[in-house]
Amino acid sequence: MLANEVKEKLLEIVTAENFADSKTERLVYSYDATPNYQSLPDAVVSPRNTKEISEIVKICNEYKIPIVPRGSGTNLCAGTTPTSGGIVLLFKHMNNILELDEENLTITVQPGVITLDLINAVEEKGLFYPPDPSSMKISTIGGNINENSGGLRGLKYGVTRDYVIALEVVLPNGDIIRTGGKLAKDVAGYDLTRLMVGSEGTLGIITEATLKLIPMPEARKTMLVHYQNLDAAAKSVSKIIANKIIPATLEFLDQPTLKVVEDFARIGLPTDVEAVLLIEQDGPVEVAQRDIDKIAEICRQEQAVSVNIATSEAEADALRTARRAALSAVARLKPTTILEDATVPRSEIAKMVMAINEITKKYQLTICTFGHAGDGNLHPTCATDARNHEEMERVEQAFAEIFEKAIELGGTITGEHGVGEMKAPYLEWKLKKEGIAAMKAIKTALDPNNIMNPGKVFAKETRKRVVVAR
Amino acid sequence: MTTVEEQTKIQEQFKRRMDEDELLNCMRCGFCLPSCPTYIESGFKESHSPRGRIALMKAVVDGVIEPDEDFERSLELCLGCRACEPVCPSGVRYGHLLEEARDIINQNKKHSLPARIVRKTVFHGLFPHQNRMRGAVGLLGFYQRSGLQAAARKVGFLGLLPDTLVTMEKVLPKVPTMKEMKHRPNHLPAIGQQVHRVAFFSGCLMDTMFLKTNDATTKLLQLAGCEIVVPPSQTCCGALHGHSGEKASAKELAKRNIAAFEDLQADFIITNAGGCGAFLIEYDHLLKDDPEWSERAKAFTDKIKDISEILVAVGFHEKVKLALPQQVIAYQDSCHLRNVMKTAAAPRILLQSIQDAVYKEMKDADRCCGSAGIYNIIESESSMVMLDYKMTQAKATQATTIVTTNPGCLLQMQLGIEKEGLSSKMRGVHIVDLLIEAVKHGERL
Repeated sequence: MLANEVKEKLLEIVTAENFADSKTERLVYSYDATPNYQSLPDAVVSPRNTKEISEIVKICNEYKIPIVPRGSGTNLCAGTTPTSGGIVLLFKHMNNILELDEENLTITVQPGVITLDLINAVEEKGLFYPPDPSSMKISTIGGNINENSGGLRGLKYGVTRDYVIALEVVLPNGDIIRTGGKLAKDVAGYDLTRLMVGSEGTLGIITEATLKLIPMPEARKTMLVHYQNLDAAAKSVSKIIANKIIPATLEFLDQPTLKVVEDFARIGLPTDVEAVLLIEQDGPVEVAQRDIDKIAEICRQEQAVSVNIATSEAEADALRTARRAALSAVARLKPTTILEDATVPRSEIAKMVMAINEITKKYQLTICTFGHAGDGNLHPTCATDARNHEEMERVEQAFAEIFEKAIELGGTITGEHGVGEMKAPYLEWKLKKEGIAAMKAIKTALDPNNIMNPGKVFAKETRKRVVVAR
Repeated sequence: MTTVEEQTKIQEQFKRRMDEDELLNCMRCGFCLPSCPTYIESGFKESHSPRGRIALMKAVVDGVIEPDEDFERSLELCLGCRACEPVCPSGVRYGHLLEEARDIINQNKKHSLPARIVRKTVFHGLFPHQNRMRGAVGLLGFYQRSGLQAAARKVGFLGLLPDTLVTMEKVLPKVPTMKEMKHRPNHLPAIGQQVHRVAFFSGCLMDTMFLKTNDATTKLLQLAGCEIVVPPSQTCCGALHGHSGEKASAKELAKRNIAAFEDLQADFIITNAGGCGAFLIEYDHLLKDDPEWSERAKAFTDKIKDISEILVAVGFHEKVKLALPQQVIAYQDSCHLRNVMKTAAAPRILLQSIQDAVYKEMKDADRCCGSAGIYNIIESESSMVMLDYKMTQAKATQATTIVTTNPGCLLQMQLGIEKEGLSSKMRGVHIVDLLIEAVKHGERL
């Protein structure tokens, strides 16, 4: 519990209606979307503006109270679970779109804006904000920036990082800084904008952001391709890119996923095929059509069993059903769903998927793999039961092996979900001791009292490696 | 006020009775948040969201928190609209969890004396007895016809009642006479070639206060080629009981209904109230632990169908000419029809096939209007916030006719129209009443 003195001071800043510390209110901010993590904060505070946040941070810094900034709590790495207690900071009052600048093609927003609301506002003007994490209907843009979220369009359009050009940030000492600007070119000093993006609330609190926009592509074409073997699918992916075509979407589903999707949705998917690719291209009508035709030709050359190009939006939507239903289908198998995001260079996708399948067999688990083949970002998703401790051990071992394999193939432990507390024990595998030391030096310089989302990114202890790295 | 002993008892029963698998099925992804009216209207309070409520129930089971006042309040404020279910990737049946939790709280808590009397009268004395329902509705008829209503309004007696009830009093339909309510048909032949034999679930409120709507329903069924049986031993569906923590009574009513509809050789059991239909279609869940009844319940639920579904299935709208004078029509989903019975397209197909009427889709038509059983009476303030939002959207459609598929929603929409002072420009109507109007108008063309 917070000391009375602290509580009084916080109440003075935000007033009683924006401060809660009842058991019920604390309980409902004790979790995010990560399975098996729960911890009650001491209080929940909803500031109304940057100045209030700065004052709150100063008090927390003085009394060394942890602060966990939280959007909608949809992250999958325990990034917003208040595992060290302290206060959870909500942005429900700071949820306005401040400006849509059609001359500079930028949008300036407060952190609490829901991602989809932002996308809709932008698209109404014929503009395009590409990052589209699956949770965009719920997630806040502040959360997206802090986790550097990805989505289905990463291959062609990049991720959140590629669109953030200016930030207002409250630093752990209460200072308010502004980084970047509505500028395509800006080399004035260190790129603090990029440092803050993906920092998971460990370096400061983002209170305003300016995002870059691009013109809306004219048209979109959709196709679905079936393969009798995984290698052929992977080769198609590489060959499409080698042919200088960058599709807007290049999604992949493996056979275990297809089976559960078909069991769940009964949409007539062939379950004897080994892999499915959902491919989309956007751009001027002729270009999108030409690319899709060329992609179809490549897929056929690479022994695709069937190539299905949608001729209408309704058909396109039907082709997307399987990919869209993937998470639901796997989630319904068992009570606990663990969604990971090991990522490899796209040339290594086939090897990675085969390794995941072997590891799944070895540990006798149910893991279905789907994800963004174009950018090598896979989502091995495990259906399990948190009550079965013996199985949970095996799950942990399996994922450790999957991370190890991803790193061995030149990949990473997380492509778009973030490190948080869940993957912190694995971070050193990717960064080595020296990499961690460099990051810690930044953290300590900005947040000497370790009040900003403590316990995240940096683990108390690195997990022992399962196999010796090469 | 819940005493400490009551809390201990509630907690102990949560541990014993709540479905742990269902609680664990929630993976807290938050996909339900944007669909939850109370989450939105509370200014995004997690404690008023489905994810928050499930977390709270689980925390009580796990002993992390006690079932205190705040906890109870969170569950009370839930509309039970179940809009969170279709959007849930894990398929969590939130409605079942809520029902069980409310039953536990209610059975272990001593209500205040007035609340006890109201509950006893409504749940035990009135709704399960069709003759008493007729009596009560008959009294209302007496009130409306005798001049008492006019007098009460004049004297200002109604000023003593809360605002919602005052407006509600204005929008209640002209109720039928006792005689009309007593003489109900048990069997009606198909008109033209018979395609189905169906049983009709007439409902307690529908067969008294909304008698006209029931007559319209059977007429449409006849025109659609259905022979209709209406078993007289049927009773209230029990939805009101089930949603208010009176599960034992709900089960008794369920058994009476299952028995009443067995052996009728009907292809389907037709309902015209989303709220009742959704409760009937889950009798198999309600009685799942009763070995004697679980299979009979399953046979019953397999046959439940909303009137709009069967009309579309037999191509009624293609066979019969439907037309209305020029007007704009908008549709407000019944939450339970949409989210539990999964009927969303059929009413729209029917409305779109009415000649000369323009159908406009209302924004957020799938968001609860705030009626929610007796929610608009006991949680009036929250309900009116929902209704205000609904009326804003209704007005934006420019519609003169707002169509619903459930009596509660219908009254609520009429309440909204009255509150907004729109009763001269806009009307609320049950879909079957509008369809009968369209049949008659079509015949004249």
